[in-house]
Amino acid sequence: MKQPGLWRFHGGLKLDARTARATGDQIGTIPVPPQLVLPLSQHVGQPAEPIVVPGERVLCGQPIARPSGYVGAKVHASSSGTVVEIANHPVPHPSGLAAPCIVIETDGLDERWTGYEPLSDYAALTGPELRARVRAAGVVGLGGAAFPTAVKLGAGSGLKLLILNGAECEPYICCDELLLRERAAEVLAGAQILLQALAIPRCVIAIENDKPLALEALELAIARAADPRLEVVSVPAVYPEGGERQLIKVLTGEEVPARGLPPDIGYLCHNVGTAAAVARAVLQGEPLISRIVTVTGDGVAGPRNVDVRLGTPISALVQACGGYTGEAAHLLMGGAMMGFPLADDSLPVIKGTNCIVVASREEIRPRAPVMPCIRCGECAEVCPAQLLPQQLYWHARSDDLEPLDDYHLFDCIECGCCDLACPSQIPLTQYFRYAKTELWARQHDRVRSDLARERFEARRDRLEAEQAARKQRLEEKARAADEARGDEQARKAMIDAALERVQARRDAGASGPPGKDE
Amino acid sequence: MIAAVAVIAGIALLFGLALGFAAVRFRTEGDPVVDRIDALLPQTQCGQCSFAGCRPYAEAIAAGTADINRCPPGGEATIRALADLLERDPKPLDPESGEIKPRTVAVIDEPLCIGCTLCIQACPVDAILGAGKQMHTVIASECTGCELCVAPCPVDCIAMVEEPVTLKTWKWPRPAEPLAAERR
Ligand code: SF4
Ligand code: SF4
Ligand code: SF4
Ligand code: SF4
Repeated sequence: MKQPGLWRFHGGLKLDARTARATGDQIGTIPVPPQLVLPLSQHVGQPAEPIVVPGERVLCGQPIARPSGYVGAKVHASSSGTVVEIANHPVPHPSGLAAPCIVIETDGLDERWTGYEPLSDYAALTGPELRARVRAAGVVGLGGAAFPTAVKLGAGSGLKLLILNGAECEPYICCDELLLRERAAEVLAGAQILLQALAIPRCVIAIENDKPLALEALELAIARAADPRLEVVSVPAVYPEGGERQLIKVLTGEEVPARGLPPDIGYLCHNVGTAAAVARAVLQGEPLISRIVTVTGDGVAGPRNVDVRLGTPISALVQACGGYTGEAAHLLMGGAMMGFPLADDSLPVIKGTNCIVVASREEIRPRAPVMPCIRCGECAEVCPAQLLPQQLYWHARSDDLEPLDDYHLFDCIECGCCDLACPSQIPLTQYFRYAKTELWARQHDRVRSDLARERFEARRDRLEAEQAARKQRLEEKARAADEARGDEQARKAMIDAALERVQARRDAGASGPPGKDE
Repeated sequence: MIAAVAVIAGIALLFGLALGFAAVRFRTEGDPVVDRIDALLPQTQCGQCSFAGCRPYAEAIAAGTADINRCPPGGEATIRALADLLERDPKPLDPESGEIKPRTVAVIDEPLCIGCTLCIQACPVDAILGAGKQMHTVIASECTGCELCVAPCPVDCIAMVEEPVTLKTWKWPRPAEPLAAERR
């Protein structure tokens, strides 16, 4: 391992990793459940559109929904069986809302669909061809953000470095650690494919220095691969190092500009699990139908990591890990800092599910009463995005949201460091999430009201034009009538004049010589 | 001395001419204050403010003949934005104009529609589609939820329904902060 000079990102916290219990065992497997619930929206972007109908038999790995826009991802059946329903079901999301899902009753045969040909010799393939395969396989970022990978691969050229993110820094989560320990070769194969797809010269795999076994496995695999483009770097464990911007800063010393993206400065970041999924998609023609999930917490009997089919209910996952203990009190999806509570364990595992925490009462302390902000500045001290959380809070709390953009609210990565540092226990991150969604909604409303204004004005113009046209028609008619009346008068005058002339002649004839017609 | 005065006077004259020319040459279309007020109104065009639409209300606010708290669809956010723009104090919504309700869209119970076209004539944004003696329907994405089509319908077949919250439109709730120490 080469240990180049490393930089530090601003702020952050040293946190207790809480991964010891779940990393003792190998990655477990779990039987295919009788029913799979596959949400159409498991990724960032537009929900996918179903391409199967209830009653249809599907095979394991068969596409069942296609992306409805550029930013979207396919959904595949994660085992064989029959589609029984396409309907709204509760999905794992902070809102607890129901959303459209495809429900499959499995047949236990797990019969494979073989529509994607393995491309083990991909050396001759172009970037767009590789990207198309990644898109077809429905791969999304498996670090938790679930952004469609193919879209990310479409961004930028002339990149100088691919960064594979194995800096799993959030307490409880250790699925990437286990992946690197057991499937490092697959991760490296994915890295090579990504390098070729975008013609990037070099790849760094970053891994935190508190994961010696994973580091060892990765170094061994790199030695075997004998590819000089690949390199592993061990980074100090500080939360939230797994953030894209933070990791880039640590590795390169460079800052991704605000409102910019890593490709703007020549870097591309992917999670190590995503790289493994890319390798399977290309080399084996296997779409994304399963993922590794950490199941941990005091509330579960046998914490471990499990390779699980997407759509499997969380209850089955917990069962496979020994079931609940008497201490189970809270169910969380995600880690200790950014995870959100789930209403119940019937919810399915989705592409973005990296961790399920069954926490005891002690593990999640209730929030202490909120005290006023004392302007101590602790929050700004720890903020990895270099924001001024107390300032953001000040505006968000008084619902004065418009200035928040100027304070770079949208650069907040919702890491929760400020919450933890705040001596007044102010739920800062929750305020920022609230403010973000509220501002987005207002933006959306503005678009709609602009449309409404346009249509209102178009209608008003139309009505005015119609009225003007009607008025003009009436006027024309009146004028025509006038003219007609004028004609009448002229004719009458003519006739009168003629009559007068005749009369005059007659008068003259009566007193003069007789007419010539006599 | 005289030369200096003359030069200054000359410059003043020149600038005066330039300004006068600019005022004529670059005269703005319409009234910018009205435009800026109108930009903050929700464009529901419902008339609850007692004006015939958002623009007329904006004109009345600009003219000083209407207060800023008469738009129920805009709610508090609009009142606050207007107060900011006009440098006044925000005030609660005037209860006379109506109450703040969640946004709705009109839905026509199509089999009941007799095709009288009255709703089309009432709709301020042309969001209803239909023709004489034909079934009518609402283009949901264009409906502002103004409710103006409901009353004219002779067979009462138009209902206002709340827009369902989806994963895309869901908002994080505002933290309920038990700030005992700060309550004044
Ligand atoms: S949650 Fe946002 S404001 Fe708070 S520390 Fe993290 S990035 Fe900074
Ligand atoms: S840490 Fe808390 S109390 Fe201190 S400045 Fe930030 S918000 Fe205020
Ligand atoms: S109440 Fe508001 S939305 Fe309705 S017409 Fe008046 S300004 Fe427009
Ligand atoms: S007013 Fe009612 S009946 Fe008449 S066209 Fe509209 S929906 Fe149909």
